Amino acid sequence: MRRSLHESFKALFLLLIAVPAAAQLRGTGDLGVVVERATGRVQIVDTTTRAALATIDGLGDLSHASVVYSRDGRYAYVFGRDGGLTKVDILAQRIDRRIVQAGNSIGGAISQDGRVVAAQNYTPGGVKLFAADTLEFLSEVRATPGPDGAPSKVVGLADAPGGKFVASLFDTGEIWVIDAANPRAPNVEKFGNVGKQPYDGLVTPDGRYYIAGLFGEDGLALLDLWHTERGVRRILDKYGKGDEKLPVYKMPHLRGWAIAGGYAFLPAVGRHEVLVVDTRDWKEVARVPVAGQPVFAIARPDARQVWVNFAFPDNGQVQVIDTESRAVVKTLVPGRAVLHLEFTPRGEAVWISARDDDRVVVYDTATYLTLATLPVDAPSGIFFTARAARMGF
Amino acid sequence: MTAIARAMGAALAAAGLFAVSALGASGGEPSSAPSPSRERELLALLKQDCGSCHGMRLTGGLGPALTPAALRTKPAESLVATIVSGRPGTAMPPWRRFVSEAEARWLVARMVSGDVNAP
Repeated sequence: MRRSLHESFKALFLLLIAVPAAAQLRGTGDLGVVVERATGRVQIVDTTTRAALATIDGLGDLSHASVVYSRDGRYAYVFGRDGGLTKVDILAQRIDRRIVQAGNSIGGAISQDGRVVAAQNYTPGGVKLFAADTLEFLSEVRATPGPDGAPSKVVGLADAPGGKFVASLFDTGEIWVIDAANPRAPNVEKFGNVGKQPYDGLVTPDGRYYIAGLFGEDGLALLDLWHTERGVRRILDKYGKGDEKLPVYKMPHLRGWAIAGGYAFLPAVGRHEVLVVDTRDWKEVARVPVAGQPVFAIARPDARQVWVNFAFPDNGQVQVIDTESRAVVKTLVPGRAVLHLEFTPRGEAVWISARDDDRVVVYDTATYLTLATLPVDAPSGIFFTARAARMGF
Repeated sequence: MTAIARAMGAALAAAGLFAVSALGASGGEPSSAPSPSRERELLALLKQDCGSCHGMRLTGGLGPALTPAALRTKPAESLVATIVSGRPGTAMPPWRRFVSEAEARWLVARMVSGDVNAP
């Protein structure tokens, strides 16, 4: 018995030293990708060593790229502006599959069970569903024609519980709930007259509420996914009180919207303000004056801070809001044209992309000290694998 | 208030135009061409900031495509006016704070020709 156990260990040892170093096992929980928007590449990064592991080339036009992850955190689905959908294996550090699924695309989502990837498209306007493993085309939900006769551009696509996707139609002012239980023949529940020009949307972290921001009027559209029979209601109606808003040089993005401690921190369109809303009754409770028009307002995972970046021309700064005092407590200058920020899974650090300085800066979120600076060619979106486990990401 | 602001904007734009043509007249040459460094700035603005809505390759996004094929049927002056003054009721903002009318005219010519890459 003792001898055979000894033999087994010996055999196991021999097997282990026979495996080449390149095939060493590792998890993906501390990995992510950074988009190099101008060159059609992504860098695979490690948030433990704060270093780039590999560069993957050949992803097309990444000028408005976004990424979702397979539920095992191994594959990154990269949606390109040119309709490209690329499945990148971040462990093997190579492209697994790639298709061009539309003429002009803006992003996508992955279903609750991880089997279906949905792409939201501008041309042709609509949502296309694909098998997550093979990228096989499953079905298309074509959008309602807008005033120019072309199908509306689809924005704000998010996954929701029950195998659903929710999206907004920019040109026709609708919210659609797409039930992809049968992804080859999805059911669509449509809500019209939600407001003028919904430009992006999100689901709350618990998956219950879908909120679309409106560009064409002051207010947001809210759908309770537990009670869709109650329809879409307006929240923060006329938050601008009829004042003329400032010219908007970059649309805010809502997917990172911060829900922190029962309050939502939302970018005000055309104003140098972040709106604070109580998520129990969706009433405004405060406004935080900030350095410019907010683009992303993102909560640190412990919800104590909300970090905000800004539209051109104030896009060289990032501000930190303390969620308790609802005041800006820190202003940082990571570099020119800050496009995105992403917290490490538990928020001890934040990665910030500065496009025009070709770098990503990593900050300690407690001390605001710089932990690392990575050279990245015109970085935009930063996406860590922790998104794989979060609804609405 | 809005009307006054618009009138002031128009007056400023007209003044700018006057200054440019005055300069052109005195120099004996059309002076609408920006300096080489300003050209690079304008092309970077076009690619990155106009590109936020129109796509970095100007193939369209939330805003329409700005490729030569897409612009061929549009009068240059209306394109210049759209850049400088925006289009009310749409997401297109006025850019006059960052781009003069002469610079907008130069940008339109580059877009129509499809030659939008910085040297």
